[in-house]
Amino acid sequence: MKSAIVFGGIAALVAVAGWFAAPMLAPSRPPVPYFIADGLPAHLSDWGVVGTGGGRLSLGRNVVPYDLATPLFTDYAGKLRTVYVPPGQPARYDDTQTFDFPVGTIISKTFYYPLPAGVGAADGQVLPTTPANAQNGAAGLDLTHVRLMETRILARRASGWIALPYVWNAEQTDAELMRTGTIEHLAMQLPDGKTQDVAYAVPNVNQCASCHTPDNASRKLSPIGPKARHLNHVFAYADGAENQLAHWQRLGLLADAPAPEAAPRNADYHDTTQPLAARARAYLDINCGHCHNARGLARTTGLHLDAGVTDIRRLGTCKPPVAAGPGTGDHIFDIVPGKPDDSILAFRLAATAPGIRMPEAGRTLVHQEGVALIRDWIASLPGSCNS
Amino acid sequence: MRHQIGLTQGEPSLGRTGRTGQAVRLVLGVSLGITLAGGLASCKKHAPAAAVDKDVQAKLLGELIDAKPGDVISIPAGTYHFDTSLSLNVDGVTVKGAGKDATILDFSGLVNGAEGMLVHASDFTIEGLTLQNTKGDALKINEGQNIVIRGVRARWTGGPSTKNGAYGLYPVQTKNLLVEDSEAIGASDAGIYVGQSKNIVVRNNTVRQNVAGIEIENSTDADVHDNIATENTGGILVFNMPNLPVPGSSTRVFHNHSFANNTANFGARGTAVASVPAGTGVIVNSNPKVEIFDNDIADNQTANVIVSSYFSTGYMNKTGVAAAYDPYPSAIYIYGNRFQGGGTSPDGVKLQALRVAMFGVGGHFPDVLWDGYFDKSKLVNGKIDPALAICVDNGAAGVLNADGPEEYKNPSTDTAQYACTLPKLPPVVLTGKLAEAATK
Repeated sequence: MKSAIVFGGIAALVAVAGWFAAPMLAPSRPPVPYFIADGLPAHLSDWGVVGTGGGRLSLGRNVVPYDLATPLFTDYAGKLRTVYVPPGQPARYDDTQTFDFPVGTIISKTFYYPLPAGVGAADGQVLPTTPANAQNGAAGLDLTHVRLMETRILARRASGWIALPYVWNAEQTDAELMRTGTIEHLAMQLPDGKTQDVAYAVPNVNQCASCHTPDNASRKLSPIGPKARHLNHVFAYADGAENQLAHWQRLGLLADAPAPEAAPRNADYHDTTQPLAARARAYLDINCGHCHNARGLARTTGLHLDAGVTDIRRLGTCKPPVAAGPGTGDHIFDIVPGKPDDSILAFRLAATAPGIRMPEAGRTLVHQEGVALIRDWIASLPGSCNS
Repeated sequence: MRHQIGLTQGEPSLGRTGRTGQAVRLVLGVSLGITLAGGLASCKKHAPAAAVDKDVQAKLLGELIDAKPGDVISIPAGTYHFDTSLSLNVDGVTVKGAGKDATILDFSGLVNGAEGMLVHASDFTIEGLTLQNTKGDALKINEGQNIVIRGVRARWTGGPSTKNGAYGLYPVQTKNLLVEDSEAIGASDAGIYVGQSKNIVVRNNTVRQNVAGIEIENSTDADVHDNIATENTGGILVFNMPNLPVPGSSTRVFHNHSFANNTANFGARGTAVASVPAGTGVIVNSNPKVEIFDNDIADNQTANVIVSSYFSTGYMNKTGVAAAYDPYPSAIYIYGNRFQGGGTSPDGVKLQALRVAMFGVGGHFPDVLWDGYFDKSKLVNGKIDPALAICVDNGAAGVLNADGPEEYKNPSTDTAQYACTLPKLPPVVLTGKLAEAATK
């Protein structure tokens, strides 16, 4: 495998002994989650939250899939998110913050691309994930036309959360710990017949912290997605549809959650039946709000885009940039109401150059649907910056 | 409203020199000869131009990830090409090269991340290396205390270009900071940019060909001394920006040499530095308590010293600027500097017209240019409060009040109102290990 060659020189660093490096289990016998309290497990299979066999990525026992109302955009990759909470130790609900998970919690996010017909996982050709070819993951993933890229583990240890990126091997049988990250060059076949080169970046462990540090002063890692507002909607589980908060509470993953109607809820940015502003704010919340908040890494900019912000100046209206450099695109305000073409926010979402694009990490392509949404929202805003 | 007044060039700046064409040269200049040596089989049109030193990069990333407090991470002499931003999240680490001429980290082929090195840590020292050709900032230190940047060069090798990364050396929200013996060349915003920090010494550095050579922004208690600033658009800036957690104050700019900072402004429109006229030696914008003394300031074509308000940047508006923000410079004390030349060709049509109208075709602005904004709500008996005054005690140096508020209608060279003194600011005292470093 290419990455094994590249990183062969530092095998000692990344490949701390794999105590449980057994072959992946067949789906008839789901893997058993195994919380590893110390060290750096070399293989994803060590954790037992997902396993491969029989052409499927299957979920471990008591591993619950989930999704977010509006997700982070990651170069049109599909994502399967799972949570495992030690039995009898539910996470504590919170209205706005990530739930307080107990030691022993294992969260995983598997990134994948659908494959064109007749193409193998090792060929380097992929398709963008769309609502039509995405899998909801209720029963794992059908790997028939899928390339698994990486699975990121967030495990709650006694010392706090640890973030570990695992990169899937060419055989798609297991994923290997790659703490220094890697870049995979892909050729993405677009619907119009063109091919888009993608330098798919698996983050290194320190880069994980660049998003997963909600409070830059404490620098403690935390999951981002498992918050009430992102989970408060119906998920089509294998045994029937149910609101995720209610499901988690019923299974004992979560305690003290209010009824879904009483909990905050972000919009699905795709859902045009929902208000434009709610869709745009949900999009900015999950794509930008983890850094752009009062305590996050981008608090130095004075631009706060997380869900709770109501001050339109904090949201960027007529706000001069602070440290954008060429990222202004020669525009003078973050948002000019009614004028997406004059707004730095729209410019940076539509940019791909490192140093210009936002978010800074996690994407190299333009999310056309996301840009269109934010432009529509800016176009709908009243007022001007002329006084 | 936005463009009516201006120390800016008055018009949107798409036509400025230096804005285009440079970036291509930059990339090609670095890649020549190296792609051949690397023999990259997978090199496609989006792949980096230069062969990435994967082994060195992975080793360094691993050391940064696994660093423990007290570690010294050494990078041997050599030029290394990286495609990934470096980052450090552990306190108490030193990153050390073999000298800024010997250890060179090149980020021309950066695809993952934006900065050269991004640090979230305290008790951090970096010394003896060059970070060059980053897409974003070369070195960003985002929150931390007891930070030393010593003998570090940040540069873009293709000359001034708007396509260059924004900041060279960029500590932000730091406390107890020493930047010394370093260099910044070609930043499209500020070469050395100290933001939202406290207790700062910036000394013995050289800054060239940046839009802003050294910028102290929303920072408190800074000593900027014994630096050389030349060929920038503006040499040394002391700014306060709106909407940030804290305003800055109390900066001393002394014993620097700021000369011939006449490079056309190549900052992207919308940045604070885009408002700086080309040909500025030292500029204060919207900042209280600034002392400028014992400097050699020469041949800056707009003015050797500018004192200005946020109103002159063109970005002031009621919706997007916090009401609590104070856009006026106050308690500015300029004394004992050695001025020479300068003011001969101010940037922008309006300032040129003002120069000709007041001083004749061959004339020049005096050494100090004030845009004329002051806070009318703080007048005492109809006069500027002596505690908030601009005081110039600098021999024969003249002052021009450009009357920005009235669009240059009533400019004045009467210096009577500046004949005053202000209490001198105390020197900055670095603490802890930095105190020892400071008296080395």
